[in-house]
Amino acid sequence: MAELITYREAVARALAQEMERDETVYFIGEDVAAAGGVFKTTTGLLERFGPRRVRDTPISEEAIIGAAMGAAMNGLRPVAEIMFSDFLATCWDMIANQVAKTRYMTDGQVELPLVIRTANGAGVRFGAQHSQSVENWAMSVPGLKVVAPSTPRDVIELMAASIRDPDPVVFFEHKALFPTKGPVPDGELVGELGKAAIVRSGADLTIVALAAMVPRAVAAAEDLARRGVEATVVDLRCLVPLDTRTLLAACSQTGRVFTVEENPRLCGWGAEVASIVMEEAFFDLDQPVIRITTDHIPLPSADCLEDATIPSVSRIVEVVEKTLD
Amino acid sequence: MPTSTEGTTHGRGEADLDQRIDLYRMMVEARVFEELAYRMFVAGLVKGTSHLAIGQEAIAAAFAAAMRPDDLTFCTYRGHNHTLLRGAPPSRLMAELFGRGSGICGGKGGSMHLTDASAGAMGSYAIVGAHMPIAVGAAWAAMERGTGQTAVCFFGDGATNIGAFHEALNMAAVWSVPAVFVCENNQYMEYTPIRSVTAVENPAADRAQAYGLDSVLVDGNDADEMFHTARSAIDKARAGGGPSLIEASTYRHGGHSRADPGTYRPDDEVADWKARDPIPAYRERLLAAGVEAQRLAEIEAAVDRTMHEAVEEAKAAPLPPTSAIGTNLWADGGSAWRN
Repeated sequence: MAELITYREAVARALAQEMERDETVYFIGEDVAAAGGVFKTTTGLLERFGPRRVRDTPISEEAIIGAAMGAAMNGLRPVAEIMFSDFLATCWDMIANQVAKTRYMTDGQVELPLVIRTANGAGVRFGAQHSQSVENWAMSVPGLKVVAPSTPRDVIELMAASIRDPDPVVFFEHKALFPTKGPVPDGELVGELGKAAIVRSGADLTIVALAAMVPRAVAAAEDLARRGVEATVVDLRCLVPLDTRTLLAACSQTGRVFTVEENPRLCGWGAEVASIVMEEAFFDLDQPVIRITTDHIPLPSADCLEDATIPSVSRIVEVVEKTLD
Repeated sequence: MPTSTEGTTHGRGEADLDQRIDLYRMMVEARVFEELAYRMFVAGLVKGTSHLAIGQEAIAAAFAAAMRPDDLTFCTYRGHNHTLLRGAPPSRLMAELFGRGSGICGGKGGSMHLTDASAGAMGSYAIVGAHMPIAVGAAWAAMERGTGQTAVCFFGDGATNIGAFHEALNMAAVWSVPAVFVCENNQYMEYTPIRSVTAVENPAADRAQAYGLDSVLVDGNDADEMFHTARSAIDKARAGGGPSLIEASTYRHGGHSRADPGTYRPDDEVADWKARDPIPAYRERLLAAGVEAQRLAEIEAAVDRTMHEAVEEAKAAPLPPTSAIGTNLWADGGSAWRN
């Protein structure tokens, strides 16, 4: 049986599933316990697992990540929440210099099984410091696995996989997706990191998307289908490890590739995707890879301005159609 | 070989004579190791940079002696001494400084990033203050798992002005974790006198109250006082009494790093502190306590031999293979970011 649950509910369900299974899984963050999270993603966990395993922290992002790292070095599997992904900047030393590099610098002596969960992305009109898509920050640092699910089922499966993974994972939940619903089967769910999903198949072109851009890419593909153009939509789901096999196969089959990225233009994940496709599937391409991204600006707060800069369904359709003329 | 001495049950946390002789041996080990490391740097064998703690050995020796083998040490890039005295093999430690494959981190760490997890030396950290929250987490895990371990975190005076110091001490106190934070106040943050950039006179001790902790200021060049202080704080942490913050006054005889001759320090200040060198002072104290000079001379000779052998072993050690570049980023042993 499958039931429809929200992306928001999926977060708590995933954490509960793993905390039930493994008593070394602990969860810390600001307002996560008694308040159930500012996005209500962790409601009920305190009541179920108690104040030792579900613990409120001070507003101390460096201490949150540092504590999670130290605990991971000494036998726990911590999940640490950074409330907004923008706040990763306040603890980037911990993530980029400490968490990411320690296994390598110690030549494998120190294992760091920890998950950093964070609410990423725009669409809720919070302005430039609470709306960024910063998955490329994490992607650029060797030693971090990077996950960004687009559906409730993927939230559960990839969260479970991340918690069970022996390496550090930065897990980007998209705050605009929290109220969205999707089918989730009963029972324990565990996915696999580094596997992209073919969300939709079509012979004419491939749209590569991530997180909140996936439903937009699908909507654009449906619109295009009504105009006689069939698109494949690839949901990357993970940026590290990157499922280049699925990506390259889809690109080679269709010959036309578009990325849809919420991040600002420069050095977004799509630039890496374009580079890989150019290097390894160039002779299968019918046209250059086209990136559809947010402008290279801090995000404005006003709804009409925010909507005008993030890739929309109509903009995706427009860009695709123009290249097909 | 340096070893950690299992603590005694002395009620006042003071070392007995054998332990004090051991403290002396450990200080000499750290001193000889670092003097050789300096010579090897000058000879071009130690690569990159190195930050020596010559003059600061009493702190490292006292804590290493007071810790249980499963306790965890977190230290700074000035961490040769802590790593060595927790039990890292000197030859592999020197080999790491040389960038050799047999180094304790396979040549991937270097002088500033030394870890020997098997000895409880959980890393020397080269970003000032970063390891303080990490030590909180290790102590928190020890508390939750009921292991009885403590985490001891050494940091310099310069770290007291960085945010991680404040975040770590506050969280450690609120969560009452079994951690001991030890400020090795060697009076200079890199090239600048700590007093000239700090709002309080004693950079760590004067801030203890802000975290609900006792203000503890000790002579970091007195190995007996350091041992007593270390034992008390570790016992308290292990018994569930929460964290401690200790400020130990000391001095590095040399500059900040290999690149720094330390000329910004007044000559008379350097001379005063060198006169308070912890090792000769402790030697005199042991002799006064009735230890035979011959016994100390034998220890010194044995340490000297061990450390010179370590240098020779490191010189003879192979370079790391270039295939090591791609290993041990991930738990699967590799570094693949794609399929």
